[in-house]
Amino acid sequence: MPDRFAAGDRVRTGTVDPPHHTRLPRYARGVCGEVVATAGHHPLADERARGLPSTPRAVYCVRFAAHDLFGEGDHAVVVELFEDYLEPAEREVRR
Amino acid sequence: MSATHDATHDEAPIAARVRHVEALLEQRGWLAPGEVDERIDALAAGGSPANGAAIVARAWVDPGFRARLLADANTAIGELGLSMAGGLQEQQLIVVANGPDEHHVVVCTLCSCYPIALLGPSPGWYKSEAYRSRVVREPRAVLREFGLELPASTRITVWDASAESRYMVLPRRPAGTDDLDEGRLAALVTRKGLIGTAAV
Repeated sequence: MPDRFAAGDRVRTGTVDPPHHTRLPRYARGVCGEVVATAGHHPLADERARGLPSTPRAVYCVRFAAHDLFGEGDHAVVVELFEDYLEPAEREVRR
Repeated sequence: MSATHDATHDEAPIAARVRHVEALLEQRGWLAPGEVDERIDALAAGGSPANGAAIVARAWVDPGFRARLLADANTAIGELGLSMAGGLQEQQLIVVANGPDEHHVVVCTLCSCYPIALLGPSPGWYKSEAYRSRVVREPRAVLREFGLELPASTRITVWDASAESRYMVLPRRPAGTDDLDEGRLAALVTRKGLIGTAAV
């Protein structure tokens, strides 16, 4: 399966709070950011943690503006996120 | 939090639970006695901040190596006889370079992911809830508590090792070190510099 995203793409993280292990940090949910790189392909941690079969899929470094994550701050945070956590975002949405 | 103060952990209940699970696994023959310690020893074997420092010093004296390191760190560190393949599988290494107007700092907000092979065992503060929760939100204030005062014009990027890769910072070469050879340059590099909580 080809990668869904590439460097430069705008993406939005999911908002679901799953009842199991996940590697989508709570502070980075429901936020728009920009893919800066693909960081390899790995089975989904959420599935591995539950002993489920999982095929490798893309993992991305996604850059967020601190203002979009926390409502303040002038720094950036790059979070490494599995493809499953991301949806395309057309344009930046400021909260 | 201060740079010298290790966080206190309330780890006793977790340690007891881990021992219990280990005992059950051993009873069922799924785990050999002492196997966990052996695996941890194997993972940590040879792991030292001296490895990260050697990488940094080479990058300071060899622009070609620096470019290869930033493009494909796993392959580049092989030139120094180093590897990220010490665990069950090779981990991807991403090296991020500080610049005149840019500073990087590494955290794992979800647990304590960290390139043990290149930095040795992680310091207590790296695993503390205070560091993990605060550095993504207010890195400038946290770095100030570590004694690193950055100009307001310096852009800060925090790297959250939230999934599979491991991250290391390439600090800037200090001024006035033109005469130092690679070995003496490496001696300037600290573990905090490789995490990004110190300038070098």
